[in-house]
Amino acid sequence: MRVTLDFLAVLADWPLLLKGVAWTVALTAVSAVIGVVLGVACAWARSHGAPWLKLLVGAYVELIRNTPFIVQLFFVFFGLPSAGIRLSPELASVIAMVVNLGAYATEIIRAGIDVTPRGQIEAALSLALNRRQVFLKVVLPPALRKVWPALVSQIIIVMLGSAVCGQISTPELSYAANLIQSRNFRAFEAFIVATALYLLLSLAVRRVLNWLGPRFLFGGR
Amino acid sequence: MVEFSLWDILRNLLLAARWTVVLSLIAFVGGGVVGLMLLLARLRGAGVAARVVGAYVALFQGTPLLMQLFLAYFGMALFGVETSAWFAAALALTLYTSAYLAEIWRGCVASIPRGQWEAAQSLAMSLGEQLRHVVLPQATRIAIAPTVGFLVQVIKGTALASVIGFVELTKAGTMITNATFQPFVVYSFVALLYFALCFPISLYAKHLERKLA
Repeated sequence: MRVTLDFLAVLADWPLLLKGVAWTVALTAVSAVIGVVLGVACAWARSHGAPWLKLLVGAYVELIRNTPFIVQLFFVFFGLPSAGIRLSPELASVIAMVVNLGAYATEIIRAGIDVTPRGQIEAALSLALNRRQVFLKVVLPPALRKVWPALVSQIIIVMLGSAVCGQISTPELSYAANLIQSRNFRAFEAFIVATALYLLLSLAVRRVLNWLGPRFLFGGR
Repeated sequence: MVEFSLWDILRNLLLAARWTVVLSLIAFVGGGVVGLMLLLARLRGAGVAARVVGAYVALFQGTPLLMQLFLAYFGMALFGVETSAWFAAALALTLYTSAYLAEIWRGCVASIPRGQWEAAQSLAMSLGEQLRHVVLPQATRIAIAPTVGFLVQVIKGTALASVIGFVELTKAGTMITNATFQPFVVYSFVALLYFALCFPISLYAKHLERKLA
């Protein structure tokens, strides 16, 4: 049998694809920033917080890491409204992505914090820095530098996972592909194009983050 | 209208969870076999084979699993194979798993010191013998913990098969929600069931890791 592929039919809808890419990038950017901040806060809580706080954060991390993202998303979007919290698809997607990334980032950042040499903290304390200053200025930057590659990989995993958000009609890239294939019945081609775009996105995001991190987060090369 | 008790919901979810387990096992075993072949191709082959396997891994790790599932589902239809959600899900998850396992195992083999290879070579062992008698036994020990840990990713990955219509735990949750209008309860149960499947495996992987360190 002959298989004919028609990519032009898909590419003709390029404004839709572009909008999908923009949404995917936007979702990823927002949840990366908030998720990493959440991860830093939880990592601090897990290594310096009160015992009940450690337990709480530990439960959060394990619960998220041992359940699928799609279930977390459905819980936020379909489950929370029956508890009185109504969310737009876009907001539900961001919340699910932040909560998901936060849990993984907590573990990654904690691994960086835990290897800070004791002497560095003592030296900083002896310079009369308070606990907060020690954490933010002495412990955190080198920890972030050490775990940045792992953190970047996790952000990319969350970006790829965001393809599921199309299922609750968030207008991201996979949603755009779905919309296009429902118009022209070129399902295989539409998803190939979307998959190629995701591949390009993950390469680009890795480059950008590897460039951004050293410049703005932990200084120096 | 039929009333659903909590037990009805939980019982139906438990029944559906069987398919999550079966699909996970298929993907894990199939992915292990394909992953092992990829690893051997990468170790044995010259530059080209290694580069092809590298590209394969990069492709599966750089694109969403959901897209891979869609491509398997619609691709088979396009090429005239009768499409079932079952087969598409098993195929996509097997390929996805194989890419990750090949990469995990490559790291384990790479962590074996160069000197071990050279020592085996100096004993006039062939490449196959070096692998079989010297490198793989050591690499396997290192590989067990991350391999077990990756099983959790596979189990969570099967949840996406719900999107192409494969009725497993997540899809069952959606269907029961549509019947009961109790999404909060149903998805809480769904999440807890995944947690019950994955958390023991996570703990075991962590335990194995600690034992090795």
